[in-house]
Amino acid sequence: MGKSQTIVFKNKPVIIGSYSIVGPKEGKGNFGPYFDYVMKDDCFGEKSYEKAEKKMLESAIVGAIENAKIKPKDVQLILAGDLLNQIISSSYAARNFDVSFLGLFGACSTMAESLAVGSSFIDSKHFQKVVCATGSHFSSAERQFRFPLELGNQRPPTSQWTVTGAGATVLSSTGKGPKISMATIGKVVDYGISDVNDMGAAMAPSAMDTMLAHFRDTGTVPDDYDLIVTGDLGKLGSEILIDLMEHNGIKLGLNYNDCGQMYFTRNQNTLSGGSGCGCSATVLNSFIIEKLRRGELKKVLFMPTGALMSTTAAQQGETIPGVCHAIVIESDVGKENKKYFKSTGINGEKLNFENESKDKENIENDILNIDKNNNSENNKNDKKGQTKIKSQENKSILKNKNINKNKSVKNGLDQDSDEDIEKENKYKKSKLSSKKEG
Amino acid sequence: MDDKKRNEAYNKYVKAKLPKTRPWPSLFNSFLVGGIICCLGQGINDLILLWFPNMAEQTAWAYTLIVLIFIASFLTGIGVYDKIGKFAGGGSIVPITGFSNSITSPAIEFKHEGIIYGICVKMFTIAGPVIVVGIVSSILVGIVYLFI
Repeated sequence: MGKSQTIVFKNKPVIIGSYSIVGPKEGKGNFGPYFDYVMKDDCFGEKSYEKAEKKMLESAIVGAIENAKIKPKDVQLILAGDLLNQIISSSYAARNFDVSFLGLFGACSTMAESLAVGSSFIDSKHFQKVVCATGSHFSSAERQFRFPLELGNQRPPTSQWTVTGAGATVLSSTGKGPKISMATIGKVVDYGISDVNDMGAAMAPSAMDTMLAHFRDTGTVPDDYDLIVTGDLGKLGSEILIDLMEHNGIKLGLNYNDCGQMYFTRNQNTLSGGSGCGCSATVLNSFIIEKLRRGELKKVLFMPTGALMSTTAAQQGETIPGVCHAIVIESDVGKENKKYFKSTGINGEKLNFENESKDKENIENDILNIDKNNNSENNKNDKKGQTKIKSQENKSILKNKNINKNKSVKNGLDQDSDEDIEKENKYKKSKLSSKKEG
Repeated sequence: MDDKKRNEAYNKYVKAKLPKTRPWPSLFNSFLVGGIICCLGQGINDLILLWFPNMAEQTAWAYTLIVLIFIASFLTGIGVYDKIGKFAGGGSIVPITGFSNSITSPAIEFKHEGIIYGICVKMFTIAGPVIVVGIVSSILVGIVYLFI
């Protein structure tokens, strides 16, 4: 037995705010309806892509603070990182905030790194409100790591598309929302891949290493999670990870998927899928956290991977080391319905009908409550407007169906999307709980 | 070493797992586009000779190259050439238009870093090796020619 790599938080940090901002291409991708803001153009009104990336990160941080309904002065620490040399986007964005700042670099795994560090600070009660943010920009990454945009070259089929986007999460010691319960800090793993166009293969072993360490340390199995999601392994990388895990005797089922693989639609020509810090950060801060808030996902293992390469090292013939950190996020909604969505348990137990019937009762009660509160709710129209969110919800259900058709989301939960009504009820329920919060 | 063996095995496994590119369609595309560019060049050459009958043929070649380079730079500037390149692969890289594209694209990309450190320095990041190899090989050929 090796030493434990996992931290179990006693004072579980709560995710009270989240915000995601993406570029136009990403907005047309599979997660389009979930993002808080889709930019109209890549430059975001700035002169260069680096400045646009900085501005994106800035607005993600501001957005998350607003979303958490706290004031900027309440924030005690900003943890941020990005892909550019000397993490300029993060530090330049932090320049505009009157808050302590720690810059992090974990390549594409920075989101998990910042959450792990932030959670530790909150767990130890040194800070009460921490913002974790990260972002990446296709064009700035492309010019740093690869070729100029206008160069007429072909991309190999294993290459991935750096996501233009930024995400920010506000962690707090108090409040309501999904909680971070555990974090597994990964080791740097290098299996000798030197092809800079094949990041998935370079990072898959690190994901395997962290995942094995996590399951070993916590005594959990893949079936304990509603969703196990890696960051940006892409199509090839996630297949490799499934193979590697099977080689180690752990079978990843339908609840495993990869953000990069899911990110874009098939006709968007992104070859192996999305990558970059922004990939996992925007998916977490839109789709995953929203599902956790609604209670549609109960327990998520979020493990973005990072390829710690530099062009200089690659040119000097170095291989690409990878790193992966895992974060466990648990929903605070409806803990009693833990096994609602699962058809079989860990040991293949049959569906728990008792829980299901309880669930329905709960939902009915909720509907009654909603009817009672309907009037007051309508008066309290938030900034975002309820109707907008509702239409978003409808869209997202449609999207889910499409995704199922494309089979790009293997997540078992989304197969339940036929039962739209139930979903709607669940959503109303979460809406209610969030109302209580406010 | 155990690690070495493991890495070798993993590299072998990844290599087997790599998605295969089909060579024939991409070859067809590149020959098609490359052929079109060559035809275009020949057409420009013929037109120049038609309009200026007194021009020496070698001068006409130089003008043809200039026109082709201009067209490629222009298409790079308006963001079309990379799309052609994505479709054609080598077909649009090998002719002189590809060379033009490889100089124009970094110049556009790095214009925010200033004229000297941006455009002038970065302009040859991709085309530089081609120029160096061209000059060195011409020197070698010149030396060989001297002794024949």
